[in-house]
Amino acid sequence: MKNLICICCPKGCHLTVDENNDFAVTGNTCKRGETYGKQEVKDPQRIVTSTVAVSGSTYVRCPVKTDKTISKGLMFEAMKSLNHIVIPAPVKLGQIIVQNVCNTGANFIATREIK
Amino acid sequence: MQYDVAVIGCGVIGAAAAYSLSKYKLSVTILEAENDVADATTKANSGILHAGYDPEPGSIMADMNIKGVKMAKELCKKLDVPVKWPGSLVVAFSDAEMKTVKQLYDRGIKNGVKNMEILNGSQVHAMEPALSTEIKGALLAKDAGVVYPWEYALALAETAVRNGVELRRNFKVNQITKQGKDGYMLKSESGDFVTAKYVINAAGVYTDFIHNLVAPPAFKILPNRGEYYLMDKTEGNLVTRVIFQCPTEKGKGVLVSPTARGNLIVGPNAVDGKKDYTGVTRSGLDYVEEYAKKSVPSLDLRASIRNFAGVRANNDQNDFIIREAENAKGFIDLAGIKSPGLTSAPAIGERCVELLDKAGLKLEAKKVFIDTRKRIKFTDLSVAEKQELVKKNPLYGRVICRCETITEGEIIDALRAPIPPVSVDGIKRRCGTGMGRCQGGFCGPRVMEILMNEAHISYRDLVMDKTGSYMLEGVTKGQEGDNL
Amino acid sequence: MSGSAENTYDLIVVGAGPAGLAAAVEAWNKGLKKILIIERAKEAGGILVQCIHNGFGLHYFKEELTGPEYAGRFIEMAKKTGIEIKLDTMVLDVTPDRKVHMINTKDGYQILEGKSIILAMGCRERTRGAIGIPGTRPAGVYTAGTAQRLLNIEGYMPGKRVLILGSGDIGLIMARRLTLEGAKVLACVELLPFSGGLTRNIVQCLHDFDIPLYLSHTITEIKGDRRVTGAVVMKLDEHRKPVPGTEMEFDCDTILLSVGLIPENELTKKAGIKMDMRTKGAIVYEDRETSLPGVFACGNAVHVHDLVDFVTEEGQLAGAGAAAYVQGTENTDSKVIELENGNDVGYTVPQHIRPGKMGDMTGVYFRVRSVHKEPCFISIKSGSTEIARLKRDHMAPGEMERINLTKDQLKNITEKITISIEAGDAK
Repeated sequence: MKNLICICCPKGCHLTVDENNDFAVTGNTCKRGETYGKQEVKDPQRIVTSTVAVSGSTYVRCPVKTDKTISKGLMFEAMKSLNHIVIPAPVKLGQIIVQNVCNTGANFIATREIK
Repeated sequence: MQYDVAVIGCGVIGAAAAYSLSKYKLSVTILEAENDVADATTKANSGILHAGYDPEPGSIMADMNIKGVKMAKELCKKLDVPVKWPGSLVVAFSDAEMKTVKQLYDRGIKNGVKNMEILNGSQVHAMEPALSTEIKGALLAKDAGVVYPWEYALALAETAVRNGVELRRNFKVNQITKQGKDGYMLKSESGDFVTAKYVINAAGVYTDFIHNLVAPPAFKILPNRGEYYLMDKTEGNLVTRVIFQCPTEKGKGVLVSPTARGNLIVGPNAVDGKKDYTGVTRSGLDYVEEYAKKSVPSLDLRASIRNFAGVRANNDQNDFIIREAENAKGFIDLAGIKSPGLTSAPAIGERCVELLDKAGLKLEAKKVFIDTRKRIKFTDLSVAEKQELVKKNPLYGRVICRCETITEGEIIDALRAPIPPVSVDGIKRRCGTGMGRCQGGFCGPRVMEILMNEAHISYRDLVMDKTGSYMLEGVTKGQEGDNL
Repeated sequence: MSGSAENTYDLIVVGAGPAGLAAAVEAWNKGLKKILIIERAKEAGGILVQCIHNGFGLHYFKEELTGPEYAGRFIEMAKKTGIEIKLDTMVLDVTPDRKVHMINTKDGYQILEGKSIILAMGCRERTRGAIGIPGTRPAGVYTAGTAQRLLNIEGYMPGKRVLILGSGDIGLIMARRLTLEGAKVLACVELLPFSGGLTRNIVQCLHDFDIPLYLSHTITEIKGDRRVTGAVVMKLDEHRKPVPGTEMEFDCDTILLSVGLIPENELTKKAGIKMDMRTKGAIVYEDRETSLPGVFACGNAVHVHDLVDFVTEEGQLAGAGAAAYVQGTENTDSKVIELENGNDVGYTVPQHIRPGKMGDMTGVYFRVRSVHKEPCFISIKSGSTEIARLKRDHMAPGEMERINLTKDQLKNITEKITISIEAGDAK
């Protein structure tokens, strides 16, 4: 039995999810909560945001994000993939910085342009 | 290196001694333990230039106070030190305290203080509407002032350096060897050494430690900590004058005062403490609040922008210790300089030169002595002056500290001055960045960047204040050296 | 220097953050053509530039964007217009007759004139000094926003072992950010019995990383001579006094303070504009005009927001208001209705409404004082007459509320309007 707080709306219902009972969710007051509870226990997903080093510009860091959610368990691995990259300026908004992060199918993309 | 005189300590006392010495054809060095001048007691006190009614008539304190407060007027003008002369009130809440007020008045007369008056309650309230209605009367001393103490020390030290004095920072004296006719060899913790015929011991709370390196113990420093609230400039006019309460054996008590820079300062308490502990305590701050509100009931401490504490060099001798040490020819102690130490500083500097003269030092006045100092303070200029200044140097057109309106030009000026800053707080003390209500929130990263670039300091070595107060742990992405 | 055509603008906006950008673009769309935005940073975007996390724009763009992406959208909008932006420029003064004193390294010190002005300076962080934490003053104590800037813009790690004071969103976001970059965040300490941040952030910033949250606690002492070496945290009683015996020592080298935001209003106060002690921002009308005709204010400078989408809306209100002002749009009714905060409501923005100037509807923003986990009602009264009553399932001080008042509802109102909260079982 896992206890968690639903984040779908400000209500913050306290959910209980039974992994041994087909991930049945109790404590939710709407369908979104049920979906969230199931996913969050089965395979919690997160968007990862960070920065990457930039060269050839007065800007030294460019903000990036994963263009899709990835498994929560892969967050630190994903962060590592950014460590020794130096992107040369200019950088386009949405430019792919790391393709297929940790084999998730998601890419790290730039969230701003750098001239 | 051999010098005529070595001054140990560049607080306001050491700086004043160096300033006085720099008027003569002498080789002088100042040995400062920290990485910047005046980074202990001098930067953390009330900043009061006392009129001179407190000290016992006939004491060294009285003599130095009276001389010092007179010298301060001209000195601060010549050397561009922020100072104001609002006068002071010692307020009395009872008949017994009014007796104390009368005693202070009489003492003042004996000491030669002019422009004093004993006021009654209604006169006090007419002058200072924010004061408690319980106040029965007060001693008004028109000649009291408020100064920015740190810059007072810097100005004296800078002028000394301009006139040939050598400042050594990060020189923490831990060993002194007598060299007979040649004077003394002074060794530092890091292994450096200098020799000097004469030594001035202006080491603040460590004067007893330094003294004991060459002479039998003659006094003990009793470190006493005072904690403060520094209020937003919006409160700067709450009172017009320095508001004292009646002094006790503990000291001059909790005061409420405008500062030279336009803030309001509230404090200090007086707690026996350690030489090097300058933290503030809940009980200390509560004490300050309780006593300050006695004088100014409407004081709203929510407008406080900063708390700090300083340690006074109280001593066990009841007066300043300004004399040659026993069995140590040419070794002059300037010790136990508690209140009115700041006020007395320039007079102590001159007294120090007199003592050296007596001890045999040959004093020949320099023909050329640079006795002025001027710092550009952008925010004080008129619109036309600002326009002119930016045209001449565009760096005055970039405002770095929004709260106090400090420009990049001024920071660069400080970095090119005779005693440049080596830390973020060093820039703060010189230029005012980070002294406003956001306390460096906006300007902090910008000042860090300028310091790293201009002084060629790596992020690893960037310090907030003293050596070891590093600000940054590392670089993200494990990239060393890119653009940094 | 002033009065010349080239130094006179239809509108001068102070601040190119989300509020200022939205205001300028809206004013342009409403017909003003000579618009200048003055920004003190080296680029536009305001605080969003360093908010590299996502969660922005859910309402306005129906997408979840990061701060830089959200700012980028408005910067692009502005680029497509003839709006002029001066970067690396500080406004030193705004005078009651709408002169703007500005300074930068290229143009020097200039005095410009605006037919209308919008103040969008944002806010600053509450400091250690303002809350008086006892102890020493070592290096390593940062406000969360400053640490965020150092980390995300300059690429520096402020420390290795971090204690965070304050559970507002900035503190929570930084807890996650620092952890992902390799620091150890020891705990988040919150003065109040509840967190001021979004539940989503509690989960994704604290729970995700097993960072404990101590409610009703505070830091009672900072330790360390040159650099932070530790901190003492204690539990607080119902009078917010530390409970003896509850001391916890944290072995940290960094302390982040996320203890509140304060609207930045040096310029506003200098201009003599009337201020609201509750919001710490200017008192404004429905179009965000201040007590100074032709001078408007919007965004965090008026009241601290949680959602940038509301900031954009507010900027647009001010932009439209400025345009109408310059274009000389008539006020059909001189009536002014004051708004008052009633039971459990901290403040309202706007503080007063001119029905003669509003469109069909005007939004009123407010914050409640306490947490409501059960359904309750927002009661809008004028005198003793209830104009409207709205149900809400959940309200909290950390979530700004918005209700709408229509021109119709205000038609026959003469007495001030009071907005209060009533418990669910009342009425």
